[in-house]
Amino acid sequence: MTAVATDERIVTGNRSIRTGGDKAVEATSHALLAVWTIIVIVPFLWVVLSSFKTTKEILASPLSLPAHWSFDNYAHAWTDAGIRQFFLNTVIVVGVALVLVMLLGAMCAYVLARFKFRGARAIYYLMLAGLTFPIFLAIVPLFFILKNIGLINTLPGLIMVYVAFALPFTVFFLYAFFRSLPDDVYEAALIDGAGEWRAFFRIMLPMARPGIAAVAIFNFLGLWNQFLLPVALNTDQDRYVLTQGMASFASQAGYAVDFGALFAAVVITVVPVLIVYVIFQRRLEGSVSRGTFR
Amino acid sequence: MTSTTTSVTPAAGGRPRPAARQRRMAGRGRLSFMAVFLGLPLAIYLIFVIYPFGQALYYSMTDWSGFTPEHNFVGLDNFTKLFHDDIFMRALGNNVELAIVVPLVTIVLALVIAMAVTVNGPTRGSIRGISGSGFYRVVSFFPYTVPAIVIGLIWAQVYDPSAGILNAFLTKIGLSGFENFAWLGEIRTAMPASMFVIIWSFVGFYTVLFVAAIKGIPAEIYEAARMDGAGRFRTAIRITLPLLRDTVQTAYIYLGILALDAFVYMQALNPNGGPNNTTLTMSQDLFNTAFRKGQFGYATAMGVVLAVVTLLLAAVVFAVNRLTGGGERRLRR
Repeated sequence: MTAVATDERIVTGNRSIRTGGDKAVEATSHALLAVWTIIVIVPFLWVVLSSFKTTKEILASPLSLPAHWSFDNYAHAWTDAGIRQFFLNTVIVVGVALVLVMLLGAMCAYVLARFKFRGARAIYYLMLAGLTFPIFLAIVPLFFILKNIGLINTLPGLIMVYVAFALPFTVFFLYAFFRSLPDDVYEAALIDGAGEWRAFFRIMLPMARPGIAAVAIFNFLGLWNQFLLPVALNTDQDRYVLTQGMASFASQAGYAVDFGALFAAVVITVVPVLIVYVIFQRRLEGSVSRGTFR
Repeated sequence: MTSTTTSVTPAAGGRPRPAARQRRMAGRGRLSFMAVFLGLPLAIYLIFVIYPFGQALYYSMTDWSGFTPEHNFVGLDNFTKLFHDDIFMRALGNNVELAIVVPLVTIVLALVIAMAVTVNGPTRGSIRGISGSGFYRVVSFFPYTVPAIVIGLIWAQVYDPSAGILNAFLTKIGLSGFENFAWLGEIRTAMPASMFVIIWSFVGFYTVLFVAAIKGIPAEIYEAARMDGAGRFRTAIRITLPLLRDTVQTAYIYLGILALDAFVYMQALNPNGGPNNTTLTMSQDLFNTAFRKGQFGYATAMGVVLAVVTLLLAAVVFAVNRLTGGGERRLRR
């Protein structure tokens, strides 16, 4: 209350005053940020532009505009190059894996964060170890484990592996989140006769929603962009995910790569993630800043 | 929330006993609850993550080819062979270089942007960033949403000697020396150009991370610093940075792990390790050794070295943070 009042006074007292230093700093910051923005955006704009050009035009001049704007490249990439199938596979694998890992991760993090029992610390460190060790070390044995249980080159197999490798990250971050939740609401729920299950699903899980949203968006991006796991464990062309499909598309024809379709495929891959990001961005910002920076 | 509290308060007199009974009853429920909640995720984790890691340790001491089940135990032979393998040592050196440069540059850039958009705004009025900061934040995060393989493909095209936009731009502004310059083909530029791609794709993510951390710092601290006459630079060095110490440490470890892998980027930019193996990474060497040469035992040994280097990196980062006054010492004070 007092902080707000002082704040108000400063604002009203100096509303018209903006020091020269402020202006200089603001201008420099804007200039630097603008340069970085250009470096970030230009390659993408160039890709979008190129996706409308024919391969001949792309090789002839990188900066020219397409002679006529057509969606031929998109049609070609979507159907002939198999991007449609890859897209569908990715949606299935990432969708199912995301729901599973958020549920299992929240459960595990919740127990580790809020119950005292022997071995809790050990399990926590085991999770941390999974976060540190490179997937590369596990990839060969993993291949044979999946083969033995008959899940190699299948989407369920890939989903299980996605869940397992996204688990430590999820637990690690939700752990901190569940720790920070107040005890009294939970205790009140127990006194009111709610069991542990009810307390978790009705009280604690909804309270952790901002944290879960944040972890979910990072998991979504991480799984959508996963490359090594599918390349090693999912080698059947019909079951390729997008990243795999892109890589094989770029390399399969060697020098005869259809650059126009390649650029179109890049756009198709990027746009859905971009949409998810833009939608969640606002929510994420809101949930992070609401409680902390008043 | 308030309704719950009020409904409980009237019964405050008789509270201890029912509560204790609830607890005892919950004891049995709690056990099955914990078994399910902990057991299910742990089982998946142990089968698909921990077990293969354990197996890898064993395979690294065999001459297993992967195609047949037969293999011989060779002890530490693979490791002695590795340290006399010029190509692998070259890759190790490249990875160390990556693990030093990439995190440093990424973190500095991300910190500068994060401070600009949160606390480096006008020195009067409420603590805030410069105007239009939301836009920069959204844009700079964007590359993180793009699959690494796609980023690699895009930049391979951007760097293309004749059809790439970079050389087209440089020749357009009069630097004709860059016509047909092979950024990824020259020994001098291959590594820096590859590093830039990785940095480019991660600055935005760490900006968002640092922004969230800075927002967690109470505004009163900044107001107090301002009243004491601290300028932006002083505030950044004396207040923001020390309070972000642990976040920066986490960021460095994550980026370091990433730079020690770097497989996807390098595979998209220079699948064969670049000119004179200047951009070859351990992960690429591992991949070739396993899937092209069929030496799975030897390749897993490379994986073990990669893991050890990763742990060493984390240890060094923790040690540096501790020695420069971070970690628990700060808490004690």
